Amino acid sequence: MKALQLVGYFQDFQLTWGYFFDQLVAGLTLGSLYGLIAIGYSMVYGILKLLNFAHGEVFMIGSYIGFFVLTWLGGAADPSLPIAVVIALMFVAAMLGAGLLGVAIERFAYRPLREKRAGRIAPLISALGVSFFLQQLAVICFGSAPKQYDSFSFDAGALFTSVSIGPFRIQYMQLFVIVTTICLMVALTIFIARTQVGRAMRATSFDLEAASMMGIDVDRVIVVTFLIGSALAGAAGVMNGLIFQNVDAYVGFQVGLIAFTAAVVGGIGSIPGAMLGGLAIGLGRSFSIGYVSSSYQDVIVFCILIAFLLLRPSGIFGTPAPQKV
Amino acid sequence: MSETPPTQPEGPRIGADEWVARSGERAEVGGGLVGRLRALYELVPKPAVFAFFVVAAALVPLLTAQTENDIYFLRVGTVALVFALLALGLNVAVGFAGLLDLGYIAYYGIGAYGYAMLSSDKFGIHWEAWLVIPLIVAISALLGLLLALPSRRLVGDYLAIVTLFFGQIFYVIANQGYRVSFLGLNKDLGFHRANWDLTGGPNGIANVDRFGVFGLTASSERAYFYITLVAVVIVFAGLTLANRSRTGRAWRALNDDTLAAQAMSMPVHWLKLLAVGVGAAVAALAGTINAALLQGAFPDDYNTQVLIIIYAMVILGGAGSLAGAVLGAILVSVLMLEGLRPQTPIGDLTGNGRWVFYAAILLVLVATIRPWRRLGAILGGIAVFGVLVHAIVAATTARGTDGLLNTGPETFEEGGPLGWLIRNWLALPGGTYEVGSRTWFNIALVGLIALVLCMTLVRGWVRDALIVPAVWLAGFVWETRLVIEASGPTRLLLLGVILIVVMVARPQGLLGRPRVEIV
Repeated sequence: MKALQLVGYFQDFQLTWGYFFDQLVAGLTLGSLYGLIAIGYSMVYGILKLLNFAHGEVFMIGSYIGFFVLTWLGGAADPSLPIAVVIALMFVAAMLGAGLLGVAIERFAYRPLREKRAGRIAPLISALGVSFFLQQLAVICFGSAPKQYDSFSFDAGALFTSVSIGPFRIQYMQLFVIVTTICLMVALTIFIARTQVGRAMRATSFDLEAASMMGIDVDRVIVVTFLIGSALAGAAGVMNGLIFQNVDAYVGFQVGLIAFTAAVVGGIGSIPGAMLGGLAIGLGRSFSIGYVSSSYQDVIVFCILIAFLLLRPSGIFGTPAPQKV
Repeated sequence: MSETPPTQPEGPRIGADEWVARSGERAEVGGGLVGRLRALYELVPKPAVFAFFVVAAALVPLLTAQTENDIYFLRVGTVALVFALLALGLNVAVGFAGLLDLGYIAYYGIGAYGYAMLSSDKFGIHWEAWLVIPLIVAISALLGLLLALPSRRLVGDYLAIVTLFFGQIFYVIANQGYRVSFLGLNKDLGFHRANWDLTGGPNGIANVDRFGVFGLTASSERAYFYITLVAVVIVFAGLTLANRSRTGRAWRALNDDTLAAQAMSMPVHWLKLLAVGVGAAVAALAGTINAALLQGAFPDDYNTQVLIIIYAMVILGGAGSLAGAVLGAILVSVLMLEGLRPQTPIGDLTGNGRWVFYAAILLVLVATIRPWRRLGAILGGIAVFGVLVHAIVAATTARGTDGLLNTGPETFEEGGPLGWLIRNWLALPGGTYEVGSRTWFNIALVGLIALVLCMTLVRGWVRDALIVPAVWLAGFVWETRLVIEASGPTRLLLLGVILIVVMVARPQGLLGRPRVEIV
């Protein structure tokens, strides 16, 4: 600490433990969000080997749906129902809407290509087109100005007051995001590990062709994958709106890129990996905002990505896949 | 092609490769008038066709006068040629080698910013074009090689994500590069300034020199048209030769099956790097031309939207086909970027967005629907449907049909006979253009998308019946909102649609060869 002070770069408050813990908590919150989105990328990639560029846009649409539900129920300042119900409804609607959107994207933009065996580059370009289409659709339909969630007005800012847990100072909103993410993760893990469909998903991601020969309806598995992944992205969209107070049409592209990096860092195809990668990227971003500069956070995420690709291309949890011919 | 068509094999023969044996059949151009014309066209040697198009393009500036409007048209041509150059370069990575290079836009930006930094007042350096262009092109090609290096041992998709990130980073740096410092420590390290201004930030770099060679300066609009044309011709010829060379064949082998290519002891990694590097060099060349043309470099000319525009060009024209890349570039940049401008006067010129839109719909219907009877029935249905809806709406609500064409009350009567037709065919609600009254538009747009998606699921007369309300809804959303935003989100929306539709319906684009997937 002394040496750093000599350099004179850091401000005094940046050197306190309290500030450090604040960044840590903010990073964990951000990381949960990225993790939720990264799971969608990872699941789809695991099964279809497709980089679903449109996933970030699904997240953005989910965020918009949350906003419209909130507005419909009277807005944050004067909700017509208890706050807990309002937020629950926002989550349900956004997850449902985003899930259906994901299924529609799969049905109309990816499945025709799969049926034609169109090679590997064609679905990527189609995904790029879908992403761009949804983004501009949001600009045209909802306007280019950000929509204000105004979640600060919930109960006169009650959600943003802090509680102290040990050395940590944490806002109710951050606590809520982290706890919700953990619940969703546990539910997803149980679903994948214990249910019939979950087993089918694991089998399909292991070997799509063999799975279909074993009598698994691969198309249905893919639909379920898109449904779950997109619903999680929708939930993340509402969380994003609640934390950052607003949503605009371009948020999906940016966040999607970072979340995909998280999926790569964690080991693409692995669900705990996606979560851990999300946390790593969230912490990296938060600390780089807190201690370096807010303008170049993307550059830092990019450096993390390049470092991983060079040193451990299969990610934290991924196993290097031997290529069979 | 002039010989008699090969005799068709009776059935599968043992020991013969069916696909190879039937290659003549696939090359068969079909009968009828179109087929005969194509057979004639096939007789003309390719270099002659190439020369014809080059001469035709070179004659364009001679047809224009030096009035302001004509200079604008010439500028449209020059921009189309710059895009053609970009599409040619992207075609190397995407079309030849099958690599999804999403950082392509960064090399374009590097070309522009590199030229702007080395010959403008920004740093007081005024090097001449013959020195700057080769330097920047070489630097950009090297950067392309470097960037592809980390993704070199990885499967294809990682390259996409690394390059996409690189493009984003370039945009961030171009935007933030007006306050560069060593972690804010400049003063402590003994530098004079607290931070440096490298890229001009959001304002970009203005007052960039025109191209100059040994004291001669190219300043007229025509000069830039010809400079760009020469660049396109050289790059086109160069890439045609490269495509026929050993390297070109290796790229195509890579695209077909990387693993097999590697097994044939092709240097797969080096070929990938080379493809990205060649693309980067061409993009940087286009960037320098663009900077000299605009006399400036601005970050928003080098963002993801422009990348998608270039992708749409290559994909529409047909990835892997050089002529396709040029055709796609001209179609997209002339028709979509310029043609779809709203019909409000800008200077002396009036945009023709409305007519281009309806003409395109009509063209697509005529080109895709056979026989004529069916086409007639659908067109008649569309007309009757519109008039019926108009009558019903007019009878039920007062404000339902008193909406306006164009952007305001003063243009209500404008639009000529076609405008009159459209007003009586569509039911434009009053007050459409007031801010916030997007409800009807949004409902119609979502309905239109749902209808079009349903059309892909059904066949036969149901699909024909769905075309009718779909066209009407398309007209509705176009007149109520899209035409106003035609120079902004609308065209980008349509570019996204192009990418999806081409991939789903015709992955080889307009001029590309269909890919044969061997399982």
